[in-house]
Parts: sequence; C-alpha cells; structure tokens
Amino acid sequence: MANPNKAKAEKGLMRWVDDRFPATQMVQDHLTKYYAPKNFNFFYIFGVLALLVLVNQILTGVWLTMSYNPSGEGAFASVEYIMRDVEWGWLIRYLHSTGASAFFVVIYLHMFRALLYGSYKAPRELVWIFGMTIYLLLMAEAFMGYLLPWGQMSYWGAQVIISLFATIPFVGPDLAQWIRGDFLISGITLNRFFALHVVALPIVILALVVLHIIALHEVGSNNPDGVDIKEKKDESGKPLDGIPFHPYYTVKDLVGIAIFLFVFAVVVFYFPEGGGYFLERPNFEPANPMVTPDHIAPVWYFTPFYAILRAITFDLGPLQAEFLGVLFMGGAIAILFVLPWLDRSPVRSMRYKGWMSRSMLIIFALSFVILGVLGAIPGTPVRTAVAQLCTVLYFAFFLLMPFYTKLEKTKPVPERVTG
Amino acid sequence: MADNGVNRGRRRFLVGATTVVGAVGAVGVAVPFVASWQPSARARAAGAPVRADISQLEPGQRITVEWRGRPVWVISRTEEMIERTENSDPGRFSDPDSERPQQPAYITGPLRSSRPEIGVLIGICTHLGCSPLYRPEPDAVDMDDWPGGFFCPCHGSYFDLAGRVFRNVPAPTNLEVPPYRFEGDDIIVGEDEENA
Repeated sequence: MANPNKAKAEKGLMRWVDDRFPATQMVQDHLTKYYAPKNFNFFYIFGVLALLVLVNQILTGVWLTMSYNPSGEGAFASVEYIMRDVEWGWLIRYLHSTGASAFFVVIYLHMFRALLYGSYKAPRELVWIFGMTIYLLLMAEAFMGYLLPWGQMSYWGAQVIISLFATIPFVGPDLAQWIRGDFLISGITLNRFFALHVVALPIVILALVVLHIIALHEVGSNNPDGVDIKEKKDESGKPLDGIPFHPYYTVKDLVGIAIFLFVFAVVVFYFPEGGGYFLERPNFEPANPMVTPDHIAPVWYFTPFYAILRAITFDLGPLQAEFLGVLFMGGAIAILFVLPWLDRSPVRSMRYKGWMSRSMLIIFALSFVILGVLGAIPGTPVRTAVAQLCTVLYFAFFLLMPFYTKLEKTKPVPERVTG
Repeated sequence: MADNGVNRGRRRFLVGATTVVGAVGAVGVAVPFVASWQPSARARAAGAPVRADISQLEPGQRITVEWRGRPVWVISRTEEMIERTENSDPGRFSDPDSERPQQPAYITGPLRSSRPEIGVLIGICTHLGCSPLYRPEPDAVDMDDWPGGFFCPCHGSYFDLAGRVFRNVPAPTNLEVPPYRFEGDDIIVGEDEENA
C-alpha cells in the first residue's frame, strides 16, 4: 500500500514520476532530509571514499574484461596486451590494481573510525555486521582478482590460500580439490575465479552496500562524541545537532574526494607497483606450476592475517599446527563480527572511554600494523616470536573487552555534540 | 467464528508442508551447481593415474613416467644402494624422518618407500623446480661419503636415493613422493595403496 504521506513534487514531470515511484521521497530520506551530525571530522570521509573506489573498480573492471582472456594459456599474455597494445589499457589496469589497494586503505581507516567512536554499538550492530560482511567478501574478491593476471605470485599465492582449506581435518583435501576443480591450480580454477570475481561477488557486494547504507540511514550516523543527535530535536522534529547530508556533507566530501584523487593519481602515474606491494615482482613472470618463487607473500592487505597464520607453529591436542593456524586466522576475522556484544561500555566514543580502552585500542592498532609488516617478510625465529606476541595482543583486545570496558571509569558524555 | 472461517491449524500445516517441499527442492537444485565444481571429465582424464611395467627394470636402473605433467622417477635400488641409504648419518639431512608432508602417510622410514627396492619420487627439485640428475654411484659427486642420490645442477641441491634433502643446500624439503601402489608387474602412480 502506498504511503499517503509520501513527499511528492508539486507538479510537472517529477510529480508524474512521484505518483509512480518514490523518487522525491528517496532523495529526501537519503540526502536532503537525512540529518547527519554536524561534528563529523576527517575520519568520516572514508565511507564516501569507499563508494568512490567501488565505482572505480566496477568501471575499470568492466573495461578490463573487454580485453582479458580468462584461460591458462591466454591470461598472462592478455594482461600484457592490455598493458602494451590496448589504447589506454595501462591506465585502466593501473586504476584497477591501485584501486584494489586503495579500497583496503580506505576500508581499514573506515573500520578504525568505527572502533574509535564506537560506531558498532547499539543501535548500529547491523550496520557493523553488513559492513564486516562486505569486508569479508572484499577479501575474497581481491584474492580471486589477484589470480587473474596469472603471474607467478598469482599462482603461488592462490596455492597457499587454497592449501589452507586442505588443512581442515577429514574433508580438507577434497574441499581444496573442489575449489580448484582440478588436481592442481589450472586454467579451470582461473576460469571459475574469473566468473566469481567479475559476476557473482560484485553483485553480492553491491547488494550488501545498499543494505549497509539503508541500515545506517535507519538508525542515523554516529559521531565523534557518540552522542545520539535524535534525542534533541527542534519543534519541526529536526535534530538540533544535525545538518542535511546534501548539500552540507556532499560539498564537504568533495574536498576529501579531491585530496584522495590527488594521492591516488600520484600512485597510479608514478608508483603503480607500489614498491612491489601493490603488484608484486614475481607477478611479472607467467605462472609456472613447476617453479616456486623464493618467497611467497600475500598482497599487503592480507599480511596481518597471514602473519597470524604463520605465528601458530605448535600443535594443540589433536589439532595440527597448520589447521590451528587457519583457525586463528579465521578467528581473527570472525571475532570482529561479535564486537558490538563485546563492548560493555556505557559510552560509545573513545573521547569518553577510560584509559584501559584507549590503551587497548592503541595496542591493537600497533599489533595489527606489526603483524602486517611481519606477514610481508620472510619468517625468522625472532620474527615468529614477535608475531606470536602480537597475535596474543590482537585477540586480547577483543577477549578482554567485556572486562575492561565494564571496569574502567568513563567520563561524562555531554548532552549535545561538541566542536 | 472469530477467524472468519479460517482453519488456522490447516493453514499452518499447509504453510509448513510447502516450506519443507520448497526446501527439499532448493537442496535438489543446489546439487548440480555444487557438483559442477568437481574436476571435469577432461581434468580427471588428464590427472588420471599412470601405469608402468617395472618387471624389466634392472637393479640400479631408473625409469621416468609422467603424471599430472610432472616427471615421476621409479628407481630399482640394489642391495648395496639400500644399505648405503639406510646407514647414512641422519644428521646430514634436513628432514631424515620425513616429518614434513612431502609423502603419503604410508610412506615411512629412511627409504621413503613401501618396497625397499623400489623408490618412487617426483623428479622436481623442491627449490626452484629444476629436474635433478641421477647420481647413484659413490664418489659420483663432489661430496665426502656420498651415499648415492640426486644432484640438482641449477643451484646445487643434494638428495639421497630416498629423496631426502641434505643440510645446507638451497632446497628446503625432501623430494615429493607421489601416491602409488603395485599391481602384478605394474606400478600405478597416482593411486593410494588399497589398505592405506
């Protein structure tokens, strides 16, 4: 049943549309009458930037598909063809490959913002869970995309990741074979990863982005003070501390977008390989199942989890070290999903949380970065010990959260947003 | 009647029954999609086990068969070769007891084979994928007390006749042992022993 109170244009074509589709209502709900807190800071740009990068990935991805050949024989050559012979192919490919790394930079900062200001806390649990699901699928998307150039690191990186499934007791080897569709990674695997990377996962990711935003706009955006702006409204029902997303934040975000694009363009034009971290050097050689590269490292955005995987060097009861490592790595991501229920603090923002929460967040962020560095370089006994320590700290942040958020003394939260 | 003649019990039953039938149908529809990810007939054919007659294999001789695109060596080891391999000092090897997963579970012991006289190894160096050379005789390579084995000319890795890698060479692990079993005069590479 149509809502009779729906906002409609007065007359003209827009009225004709509004009688048939809630266009004006949607624009108001999500832009012109979506009231966002007026105290957003720098950290609130990354959601918009993630959308921007998503659009970049889809646009450049579609164009790459036009010249790419997803077969074991043709894949590597077709990427070289895109780089050398296709008009502007090099730019489109570098936009896509740099975009992948930019996506994770932006997403990690977006997630850190949520940790900093408690954006995952009630009533925003579903916003967080949809977001985490996007992050998980984005990792799958990036992993499958990395196989497509069919270089040495594509091949052996995929080999390492698919072998992780083979460590699962009993069903592991069959599961790994099912994923590969062959006895070793081959053109068959490449072809199915191409289908998933280009069709299946993008559709699901787009749907989840819509859900993420609908859930956000239902409960309203959090802010650096963690104050609920809907508590204080004027006579017409607008939040006193809220300003319409459009035009205020659309215009403000344009500045952030311009700065981002400037940095992005510098990387695309001058450092497209990211010093061997965005495009790894062994990937300039075609995939060869007979030759293992000296040092296999995943792309930088996976390295923290790879370091956790490698840090588990001991068996625990019936669990072999390899499988235990997979469990820890999976657990490191899974535990993020239940974060809203681990935080027992009465306040949202770090501004009003106590010293324990603040210290733990710093320790967590540092161990994540250290794990990221360790995951990118070859292991030594000392580095493994450091990785083990950081793994403990990583999990301590989450597992101790119900205690330290409850125990610590918080500061009083102001009635209205500050600054 | 308060419910305007609606029989709630029957409605609940019908909704439940429809849901169950629908769920069964959904599972049924999922079967071909899930099964479609299994190796195709062509992939299975390309990766099928290979059979080789080893009745004519002379002691000390080696034959090479190809399995899944890789060379597989079948070596007939003489009594003397077995003795030299078994009596090698384990301290010279990185993984003398085959603790790393480079062989099926039923391949154990210093000889890394199910029959002492037949060695089966994948002939790809675990360093960078060159194919090592067969040097079964003592003094065949420039190493003191060489028990016979394989030498990789690319970067100088040494393996003994059981494919165990020596210490302080570039190759990190022993040569891989593929699954295999015997049937009459034949060896079948790529299939596990039945009782394994």
